Amino acid sequence: MSNTDYVLAVEDLTVSFDGFKAIDNLTLYVDRGELRVIIGPNGAGKTTLLDLICGRTKASGGSIKFKNEEMTDLAEHAIVRAGIGRKFQTPSIYENLSVWKNLEVSFPRGRGVFGALAFRCTDDVKDRIQEVATEIGLAGQLELEAGLLSHGQKQWLEIGMLLMQDPELLMLDEPIAGMSVRERELTAELLGRICQNRSMIVIEHDMDFVKRIAHKVTVMHQGKILAEGAMEKVQADPRVIDVYLGH
Amino acid sequence: MTASELWNIVLMQGFAGLSLFSVLLLMGLGLAIIFGQMGVINMAHGEFMTIGAYTIFLISSLVETYAPGLMPYYFLIAIGVAFVLAFGAGWLAEWALIRHLYKRPLDTLLATWGLSLGMQQTFRSIFGAKEVSPTLPEWLMGSWSPAEGLDIPINGMFVMALTLLVTGGVFLMLYRSRWGLRVRATVANRTMANAIGINTRKTDRMTFAIGCGIAGVAGAAFTTIGSTGPTSGSLYIVDAFLVVTFGGAASLFGTVASAFGIAQAQSITEFFLNGSMAKVITLLAIVTILMIRPQGLFALKVRR
Amino acid sequence: MTKLRHWLGTSDLAGIALLALLVFVVMPLSTDIFRLNLIGKYLTYAFVAVGLVMLWGYGGILSLGQGVFFGLGGYCMAMFLKLEASDPISTKIQSTPGIPDFMDWNQITALPTWWEPFRHLPFAILALLVIPTLLAFIVGFAMFKRRVGGVYFAIITQAVALILTVLIIGQQGYTGGVNGMTDLKTMLGWDIRTDSARYILYFVNAILLFAAIFACRAIQKSKLGTLMLAMRDKEDRVRFSGYDVANFKVFVFCLAAMLCGIGGAMFSLQVGFMSPSFVGIVPSIEMVIFAAVGGRMSLVGAVFGTLLVNFGKTYFSESFPQLWLFLMAALFIGVVMAFPNGLAGLFEDYVKPWLLRTRAKQPDVPPAEPVVEETTRSVASRTGDSVEPLPAPTAGRLGPAVA
Repeated sequence: MSNTDYVLAVEDLTVSFDGFKAIDNLTLYVDRGELRVIIGPNGAGKTTLLDLICGRTKASGGSIKFKNEEMTDLAEHAIVRAGIGRKFQTPSIYENLSVWKNLEVSFPRGRGVFGALAFRCTDDVKDRIQEVATEIGLAGQLELEAGLLSHGQKQWLEIGMLLMQDPELLMLDEPIAGMSVRERELTAELLGRICQNRSMIVIEHDMDFVKRIAHKVTVMHQGKILAEGAMEKVQADPRVIDVYLGH
Repeated sequence: MTASELWNIVLMQGFAGLSLFSVLLLMGLGLAIIFGQMGVINMAHGEFMTIGAYTIFLISSLVETYAPGLMPYYFLIAIGVAFVLAFGAGWLAEWALIRHLYKRPLDTLLATWGLSLGMQQTFRSIFGAKEVSPTLPEWLMGSWSPAEGLDIPINGMFVMALTLLVTGGVFLMLYRSRWGLRVRATVANRTMANAIGINTRKTDRMTFAIGCGIAGVAGAAFTTIGSTGPTSGSLYIVDAFLVVTFGGAASLFGTVASAFGIAQAQSITEFFLNGSMAKVITLLAIVTILMIRPQGLFALKVRR
Repeated sequence: MTKLRHWLGTSDLAGIALLALLVFVVMPLSTDIFRLNLIGKYLTYAFVAVGLVMLWGYGGILSLGQGVFFGLGGYCMAMFLKLEASDPISTKIQSTPGIPDFMDWNQITALPTWWEPFRHLPFAILALLVIPTLLAFIVGFAMFKRRVGGVYFAIITQAVALILTVLIIGQQGYTGGVNGMTDLKTMLGWDIRTDSARYILYFVNAILLFAAIFACRAIQKSKLGTLMLAMRDKEDRVRFSGYDVANFKVFVFCLAAMLCGIGGAMFSLQVGFMSPSFVGIVPSIEMVIFAAVGGRMSLVGAVFGTLLVNFGKTYFSESFPQLWLFLMAALFIGVVMAFPNGLAGLFEDYVKPWLLRTRAKQPDVPPAEPVVEETTRSVASRTGDSVEPLPAPTAGRLGPAVA
């Protein structure tokens, strides 16, 4: 594979589960600073694609290059350390720890066993926690047990935990699922702010939300890419209409 | 030593392995159902087997005293009774204990260990600490000599046949009966199974009880090749767990294959080394293989 | 007085202080050396229980083979002591003088080479620390790197315990077999069977145990402790925050194993023998119940639990031997079903609110709202021992509800 300027270059990616091809020869490029939204009907392989990029599932074939470095053979934690952050579909936070601790644990220092033993929450860590907490609107809830947060706040907290690591590529799986209208707006603003200096991949179903945040949209269907481009162009594509309405 | 003598030794050693295979498989089948299908670790499984063994002993004593004429026939009925009693005990244990702990598998392990201690002491209080043996019907004694110098014990063959029957029965039940369908549906997706009207609580209890019942049959088979004491069951529990994990927890076929492999490996190494070293080497091999391939021999790759 | 009460209710140091008072003052003063030696024996099991709090309570990893590490540590020490007890003069009636008696009984005529280094105490001490840790590292690395955990891990550790027991019993010429290594007499010429030696060993053991507790407490309070709680809750999230989860599990398994090794060595020294009956599955699971009774989240609770269960065992197996197993059975079932957080949980739920309520009634104290909130929540969530107060006063405790 040739080297590219893309931050993420997925080429000929395939994965099969007992013969079923969840991702079928898929190729996808994401630019630096781009916010890409992936849409598609249920079972199209969107979450599986994110799983493959972040190493949760191992590919059967193909290549995933992040800043021109091959990711397919790396362990999950190594992929994260390379600069890819992943938010899960259901909020995945440490319910029994305080919001503060949730963010502190996500700070990218002291990641080895002995590093963690020696880790001290120094002023720069504290500043960073305050900064991120303000960004996600949880500065007032820092001492609260994370399990007591509302659903929307949990989603933001998880995004905040990813921001602590300052990843160059941030992948969010349905970040606004289950959110109120107001929360959706705040989230859209949040995503707009945080994609200033990084690339993002977002999976989402809510078309209004997608329109609002997306730079470019990719439509997936049956493990393949059906269409790609600006939202208006994609929405006008007869194949896309067929997939969404034909069923 | 002539070639035919050597061949006979190989055959007999192989058959000894088959007897061990039968016990391991019968123990393993019950565990595989409970562990593989429900994810529950039943440390008291060996004691359910002991229930079966003591049942045989009890019935044989009763028949011998009150109806000696029935001696040739009692064994077959007693196997059924062993199943029923172990089944009932399992039903009770599920109701009293296990059902509260489905979300805490490690705690189930401790609770069932407690159960096994209690059951062992109960056996000791009722039957005494000494090992007992039932009087077996005549037709189970002796051996069959198809050739000169080759002796195959009849009780061994009987246990084999019983094992095949039970294994076949379990396969049929799990893959052909309504209960099996319910169990498999519950394993695949508990919430969905509930939603389409499967009483998953009842299915769980049934599954657990059937697993225990099969252990009871294992105990019945066990009496034909060894004597029974309060702790007889616990001798096999670790082996039985290894059989299940080695085979791949969700695969019944894996359980059969691994019981066969482990039993043969042990009886073959036993021929070359002394008993304890054979056991060490067999266990060590299993543990090493499980460390390299923790999902066991037969496991599916599934989409998470 | 009220201040003391409040401190008792809020600080985890209070429990440690209470235990220290009991172990260093009350017990040595109130009982004779025979009983004290017995307590010293129980306190060697406490090392295992403390290790299990870290491994099982914090790490969520249940090992049913901790007896293996206890035994390895014990055997390393026992081998050294046995060699010292088997000098040619005191073994001159043997057909081969100068080797341990059980070797002589098994027609072994020369000391096996792998026994040789155990003539030296520094080597024995090194071995009793390194061998259990190394075995834990190998098993843990193989299992955790492949994401094996939960009940599978429990079964594998159980199998390891079985293997080691069968091996020790089978190779009696090299290990002393089922009787183990007995008649351990002196360490570097110092008779460990005298009363004064037993007093000294008791205190050495107790000091080591407290060192272990403080070390584990420091780990709990470090980021590693937080991470372990986080891992138990959402392992994938920790992994996708850039941590190699397996390494942390391997570390805590090794830590627990090393503690077991120390406990085992102290056992050999205080009791004067080591046998496979401390290695197998049954003792290993019994050691788990020590920690469970004390409270799987509480280091101090685990020690109290160990003492309590063992006092009970000694008392009942002397007076009502048939009852003991039933009681043990009830203990396993009862702890799991009714008191999943053990003694520490009971303290948390009943004693602590009482201690703090009295405090709150004092007029000179500002209304202790955070404290009240903390206690009510802790009762509601039935969590383990207090672990670490979070940075702010309103925060609850780190200890999550035990899943």
